[in-house]
Amino acid sequence: MFSKILIANRGEIACRVIQTCKRMGIATVAVYSDADARAPFVKMADEAVHIGAAPAAESYLLADKIIEACKQTGAEAVHPGYGFLSERASFVEALDKEGIVFIGPPAKAIAAMGDKIESKKLAKEAGVNTVPGSKDAIDTTEEALKISNEIGYPVMMKASAGGGGKGMRLAWNDKDVEEGFEATKREGLNSFGDDRVFIEKFIEDPRHIEIQILADRQGNTLYLNERECSIQRRHQKVVEEAPSPFVTPEMRKAMGEQAVALSQAVGYFSAGTVELIVSGADKTGESFYFLEMNTRLQVEHPVTEAITGVDLVEWMIRVAAGEELPFKQDDIGIDGWSIETRVYAEDPYRNFLPSIGRLVRYEPPVPGWTGASGPAGRRGHEMGGGGIRVDDGVFEGGEVSIFYDPMIAKLITWGPTRDAAADLQVEALDAFRVEGPGHNIDFLSAIMQHPRFRSGELTTGFIAEEYPEGFQGAAVDEPRLKLVAALIAGAQCSVMAHEGQISGRLDGAPKVPSDWVVKIDGRTFEVVLGEGGATVDGEWITGTTDWQPGMVLAAANGNGENLAIQLRRETSAIWALTTRGRTHKGLAVPARLAPLLDHMIEKEPPDLSKMLICPMPGLLVKLHVAEGDEVQPGQPLATVEAMKMENILRAEKEGTISSINAAEGDSLAVDEVILELE
Amino acid sequence: MSANIAEMEKRREAARMGGGQKRIDAQHAKGKLTARERLDVLLDEGSFEELDTYVVHDCTDFGMEDQQIMGDGVVTGSGTINGRLVYVFSQDFTVFGGSLSKRHAEKICKVMDTAMKVGAPVIGLNDSGGARIQEGVASLGGYAEVFQRNVLASGVIPQISVIMGPCAGGAVYSPAMTDFIFMVKDSSYMFVTGPEVVKTVTNEVVTQEELGGAVTHTTKTSVADDAFENDIETLMATRRFFDFLPLSNREPVPEMPSNDPWDRREDSLDTLIPDNANQPYDMHEVISKTLDDGDFFEIQPKHAGNIICGFGRVEGRTVGVVANQPMVLAGVLDINSSKKAARFVRFCDAFDIPIVTFVDVPGFLPGTSQELGGIIKHGAKLLFAYAEATVPKITVITRKAYGGAYDVMASKHLRGDLNYAWPTAEIAVMGAKGAVEIIFRQDRDDPEKIAEKTKEYEDRFANPFVAASRGYIDEVIYPHSTRRRIALGLRKLRGKELSNPWKKHDNIPL
Repeated sequence: MFSKILIANRGEIACRVIQTCKRMGIATVAVYSDADARAPFVKMADEAVHIGAAPAAESYLLADKIIEACKQTGAEAVHPGYGFLSERASFVEALDKEGIVFIGPPAKAIAAMGDKIESKKLAKEAGVNTVPGSKDAIDTTEEALKISNEIGYPVMMKASAGGGGKGMRLAWNDKDVEEGFEATKREGLNSFGDDRVFIEKFIEDPRHIEIQILADRQGNTLYLNERECSIQRRHQKVVEEAPSPFVTPEMRKAMGEQAVALSQAVGYFSAGTVELIVSGADKTGESFYFLEMNTRLQVEHPVTEAITGVDLVEWMIRVAAGEELPFKQDDIGIDGWSIETRVYAEDPYRNFLPSIGRLVRYEPPVPGWTGASGPAGRRGHEMGGGGIRVDDGVFEGGEVSIFYDPMIAKLITWGPTRDAAADLQVEALDAFRVEGPGHNIDFLSAIMQHPRFRSGELTTGFIAEEYPEGFQGAAVDEPRLKLVAALIAGAQCSVMAHEGQISGRLDGAPKVPSDWVVKIDGRTFEVVLGEGGATVDGEWITGTTDWQPGMVLAAANGNGENLAIQLRRETSAIWALTTRGRTHKGLAVPARLAPLLDHMIEKEPPDLSKMLICPMPGLLVKLHVAEGDEVQPGQPLATVEAMKMENILRAEKEGTISSINAAEGDSLAVDEVILELE
Repeated sequence: MSANIAEMEKRREAARMGGGQKRIDAQHAKGKLTARERLDVLLDEGSFEELDTYVVHDCTDFGMEDQQIMGDGVVTGSGTINGRLVYVFSQDFTVFGGSLSKRHAEKICKVMDTAMKVGAPVIGLNDSGGARIQEGVASLGGYAEVFQRNVLASGVIPQISVIMGPCAGGAVYSPAMTDFIFMVKDSSYMFVTGPEVVKTVTNEVVTQEELGGAVTHTTKTSVADDAFENDIETLMATRRFFDFLPLSNREPVPEMPSNDPWDRREDSLDTLIPDNANQPYDMHEVISKTLDDGDFFEIQPKHAGNIICGFGRVEGRTVGVVANQPMVLAGVLDINSSKKAARFVRFCDAFDIPIVTFVDVPGFLPGTSQELGGIIKHGAKLLFAYAEATVPKITVITRKAYGGAYDVMASKHLRGDLNYAWPTAEIAVMGAKGAVEIIFRQDRDDPEKIAEKTKEYEDRFANPFVAASRGYIDEVIYPHSTRRRIALGLRKLRGKELSNPWKKHDNIPL
């Protein structure tokens, strides 16, 4: 076994690898860029070597620097994590030359799978399903009909240069092909100057399902079940789970065996993943097709660890050291269900705008890698522990940097059933406190609660289909809303009681009323606070909370459910209560003042579509328009620099610039109106 | 006797109705509460004790003798906010448009005189069309009587004005002389002459809102200290604000019990200062992580954002916080920020509120607009205010403290009691680059030499130790221990005694 391993990566995955090394008694070396000098993985490793400037191309992607660091520290092997150099065959070869072991597959396999066309060919040869389609361009409608029938409907007729909906036509039957083929050709010619048309099987209700492979150098190749990663946004995975709600034991076996066959065909060892696209419309489960093979550890590997109990990092290391896998395919079972959500520094309420910056507060529901406690209780290395695992590489007071992936942490839950794992996600997300950058915790919670997610009817279009107008917070039902009203009244009441303790009073503390009126989103609730609960609009709710003035995160229960809440005093009057994927803003006044509340005029929120609002604090570096200019949708209006990154703000609709309220060089606050349109 | 009781009830009822249901409805339709309703929100339940309910005006001109309304357009008295005594007046727009008559003014004066005698703050809720024109000069005299009392009360009892409707003409000068002004967004405005007069005289076309609305006064003019969404939110904010203030200059700062540990450690502050000296960071984070429960009431948050002023508590006791804000104009001192902070420091000093100052200041803002605008005189205000203040003063330099601005920001030399510096502090005459370009002017065209000398200058001065070696910094502290250091310091300084030489009054450069 190695005595020292260098981790050629950063962030959570570096922490993750270091933790397993520690458990195995292997010394670790971190490499870091300027931007990561203060990062936790640097502190966690036994040694750390600085390898360059913040941009990855000047540090984490420099193979020479990493090899130099190995020599300098005497590291015998390199774990590449994911991304960066993890799938560079040349890096593996360079390490080989120096006699340093690469903890991953052989260079040949990386090279073979790294080429899109080559890998498809190899897959086909190994007997892996690939998406059926015409090899060559098709000339006539007759030919198109013949091929379409061979492939089986529905099919997609695609102009060679087509894409983004242009030069693409879906056909469900012969008639569609007859009517559409020539048109597709013409579209291709007119739009792209190329009338070649190909036909390919159209995958209905596409799902992204992948098979985890683990193989040793002795020729044992196993599949560690599947993961489903269909919940994606712009091809970025957001939620992953294992097993998949769509996969039957037969389908698992078929997919697994094909993946194993492919791995063996390329002489694969270590951990790897075969990604498949699956038609959700074909309930037989036979319509799965090869997409690509990732020759590295995946971001979402923890869900596989959770259901199999196999520490993938440990076995990557052992395989690299030449050990044989001690288990056989039959030993790999599925224990329960695991879900991973990715907490990103992006703001779902503002169209998922990246929102990097300083973590002013960071408190995960359980300590992550960067927390104080060790690996105990993490399913995957330590079977039978708690059901929540946080993989992180950040800390309170740290920075989510623009130079790298804006992921803050991965939250992994395990439960005996899919619903249990999802329920645990909801609970854990409620208790996940992140302040500073915007984050997608509410959005993740909303997905976890979404009836369609719960039904398992997933497709890669899930987010686009369910949130076509963007995200406004998770759905909330009447009983929960009433509970929120009671909690806000309770908070105002405890603050009033606390304020009544001030020194210098004429007499005793003023009495605190039990009758309140709470206004949330234009709705009014009558709340009477009582012992162990409250009456809201005449209906008794049993519930309590341990929230006290000065707290943010607290436990609450009501309507028979336990919730973590985050309750903040937003202004002197307004409370913001976040729970279950939604932030409720409310005001509470003693009931005696209720009639007065009715006189307050609900102010029309300004028509934001007629304004350009600064989405983040930053510097206005450029105004692209002047007063009186007519603009078209998508036209750049202003450029705001925030955290050294330039963000171009564009017109949402057609209009004329009626006024400009800021000048180039101004420091802008978030929500400041830069200009107005009419 | 019973006849008198009946008469009392009748008159009370009449007073409660103010200008009558129709006018009350009109007030409500504008989203505004009546004078008495506002006091219901502002004061503790049932605590309001009205005075002068039966006062009526004595005007006999222009048919006024037939129009007598009990209370004469202002509701006055006293009550409590979280149990603490406060004197109040609340102008009633439903009665003669809240206009100020001689008797109306006398009622306000009576409340102020009593507040001065007993040592309790005055909160005025302003909603008045202006002078009672029918009374002519008697009304003007009334204003002046109020003004005189505002001035005498200044520095003796806190005075807060809440503008909840029109406040125009001479009427603006009473709030202007109080300590703090809050406004209600969209329904209040203040100006000396309204849009119509402005148009006649200068031909400028301007709306009420542009001329004197809440946005104008909280961003541009700094006349108002903050503005809130509506009457209720404004009054709730005023209640919260009141809890920070002592009752008078004879009373200690109030104490609010707190569960927040006095020695709470904030490790995250150790990484607040970016590696790059030119990169900004949000000073609010230092403030909220230092104060009890992160509770901070900021004054003028939308004006001169390069300096932050406001109240918070440490170990339950009020402190005034002044801090440079690197996020806005790099935290530079300019005319507006100097004026804003100077007035705040003087308020704290007048009422024995300790001042905690966080410093990250690159200097004074250069430029013709500043020089011609009188930065010399205005910058001197802040210098003067800090220098004359005798309250406990604790200063923490987080990063830059350059040039004259270092002196100004509650430095040791201005009788700072405890002057701390984070290890990232740089106390110097100016930034290294600028300094080297002056000292080594002859080598200006030799970039290598300049770079070398810049490095030399940085090594020498870009740290707190040179200043500390001279005793200008009392101790270099870990950022994570900032709250503990400040809490301990404030405890130890409770017995501080310091007074300035006797004088009639000083002559601050106004």
